[in-house]
Amino acid sequence: MSGVGVPVSENGGPPGPPRADAALLGFARALRAAGVDASAERVHAFLRAVHELRAGMRADVYWAGRLTLCGGRDDLERYERVFTAYFGGAAPAGRTVTVPPPPRLRLVARAGPMPRTVARDEQHRARPAAALASSAEVLRHRDIAELDSAGREQLRRLLAALALRGEVRRSARRRPARRGEVDPHRTVRELLRRGGEPARLRRHARADRPRRVVLLVDVSGSMAPYADALLRFAHAAARGSHTEVFTIGTRLTRVTRELSHRDPDLAMAALAAAVPDWRGGTRLGELLRAFLDRWGQRGMARGAVVVVLSDGWERGDPELLGAQMRRLHRLAHRVIWANPRKARPGYAPLAAGMAAALPSVDAFVEGHSLAALERLAAVVRGAEVAFVEGADRA
Amino acid sequence: MRARLEETGYLVDDGLATACFLALRLHRPIFCEGDAGVGKTALASALAEALDAPLIRLQCHEGIDASQALYDWDFPRQLLHLRAAEAAGVKDADRLEGELYDRRFLVARPLLKALETQPSVLLVDEIDRADDEFEAFLLELLSEFSVTIPELGTLRAEVPPVVVLTSNRTREVHDALKRRCLYHWFDHPGFARELAIVRRRLPAVSARLAEQVTALVQALRSQDLLKPPGVAETIDWAQALDTLGANEVDAELAVATLGSVLKYREDAERARGLDLAAVLAARGT
Repeated sequence: MSGVGVPVSENGGPPGPPRADAALLGFARALRAAGVDASAERVHAFLRAVHELRAGMRADVYWAGRLTLCGGRDDLERYERVFTAYFGGAAPAGRTVTVPPPPRLRLVARAGPMPRTVARDEQHRARPAAALASSAEVLRHRDIAELDSAGREQLRRLLAALALRGEVRRSARRRPARRGEVDPHRTVRELLRRGGEPARLRRHARADRPRRVVLLVDVSGSMAPYADALLRFAHAAARGSHTEVFTIGTRLTRVTRELSHRDPDLAMAALAAAVPDWRGGTRLGELLRAFLDRWGQRGMARGAVVVVLSDGWERGDPELLGAQMRRLHRLAHRVIWANPRKARPGYAPLAAGMAAALPSVDAFVEGHSLAALERLAAVVRGAEVAFVEGADRA
Repeated sequence: MRARLEETGYLVDDGLATACFLALRLHRPIFCEGDAGVGKTALASALAEALDAPLIRLQCHEGIDASQALYDWDFPRQLLHLRAAEAAGVKDADRLEGELYDRRFLVARPLLKALETQPSVLLVDEIDRADDEFEAFLLELLSEFSVTIPELGTLRAEVPPVVVLTSNRTREVHDALKRRCLYHWFDHPGFARELAIVRRRLPAVSARLAEQVTALVQALRSQDLLKPPGVAETIDWAQALDTLGANEVDAELAVATLGSVLKYREDAERARGLDLAAVLAARGT
């Protein structure tokens, strides 16, 4: 319990039988291969922890590794698997092995038994492992990037003109302002600077902050012609720190991190590798529930502007979608649905999913063109939109 | 370590006991994630009690900054000091200026207080609510356990405080911060452990009632609820039933007091559809 430092050898590992260390390092390597981000720093901590526990027991090594090498709940299941494989079959005696996390709380939520139900020609792409998303696939999703010059010009304009900012809300912080309440802090400092002579009163007022924007982009087969453009739109939007982006199809994938790359093409490539369910089916209701359970209700959707970019073609139960949309509507500040098909002549929200969702939508807009996306950005900023039923179109 | 924690009434499993031991030895913060009400925050108070050290708590919120978390200068007192010096006729301006930035005019906020108090337990609660900038600032502090105040110099903790960070996962905390911590995921406890916790926390409640309530909560948790009840809710429920003077619970009474465990209408409706009597019967009570 004292703060005595641990003797650590030059190379960073604790002194000890090199064979044991080699085994532990091999384990760390196996973990890395399984997708756990076990960086050198973490491995160092692992070795120190094992040394500190004087671990002769399997259980000690297990916990030392789990505490130091894992960085999130998603890692735990992989850790469990690799540990069993590496250190032999039976579970550590006398302990309850943690059950793998229930699927609805995982980053990637499955909407059904994964690869087998997907169409035959998609089987090879539906593998969840990022490494297996072939370069051909990446190319395929970049297709729209290789537009003719006019199209590219338009896209550039889109990216330049777009800064998706949420509607503002009053924050708890105050900023210096010309009018407002007296700011005692700055006033006293000003007085102090003048040696206590009366000085002008400094004031401050509540600051406005943009609300968080959450984009849910449908990447299913029916949305294929629009997916790339919409994701580029999402990329431009995600430049601010107040935006979160998810893709929905047969799974829910959080892609905010992939999109944080400045260069749109690199970001799209990273995204193509991360999203396993391009052009599959859509299970809006189930995935919306996964989003709300895993992220939304914990705070991401609270007070946020949530934008669903989808055509509302639901393969699952529309009743479930309706219930989840009501739930979302209660959490979010505003729910906006952008449907590229809305612009087509004669469009009516007849798709069962769309009809079930509409009562919980604050603004129903188009999303098929540059102009429509600009309009969407304006609506997100707080512009009023006359709520248009399907029959009425611009 | 484990025995000392259990003395305080906080039951730990192997993983958590190992985490606490390593946190003390390696001076690494423990990063706690898990659903609400599974004992993340309670861990810090139990640690403080076990180590006989003061618990210093920093509640994070959006827009928290260094002057709220670390230190601030006490302007009114500085001003008062100047006035007093003037009245006493002090002429040495240089000395006076030096005095102004003395330690006694520094208001220590939680983080500085934790560095200065030894030993101490620092609880950084709900780190996921703070901004990214604050996370980066915390990262610097937690890796060095020292602070530089421009007017005073660097303050360093000789014995670093035991740090507990908690997160409800409203957003992902940055990897750089997580990398420096011991990561522990809090699962809902199994029946035996949860019963032990309830018995320990509420010694006045009858054994039978505690057992029945725990069985019911475990059954509820296996349902697909919007907000599965945590251990805190189990304790609340048992306490509520005990306050009503019940020594045991039947399905009717359980439904009447459901409001202590389930906080959503949808969840309560689903629970009413459950055969609570069957759950109680299956427990053999």
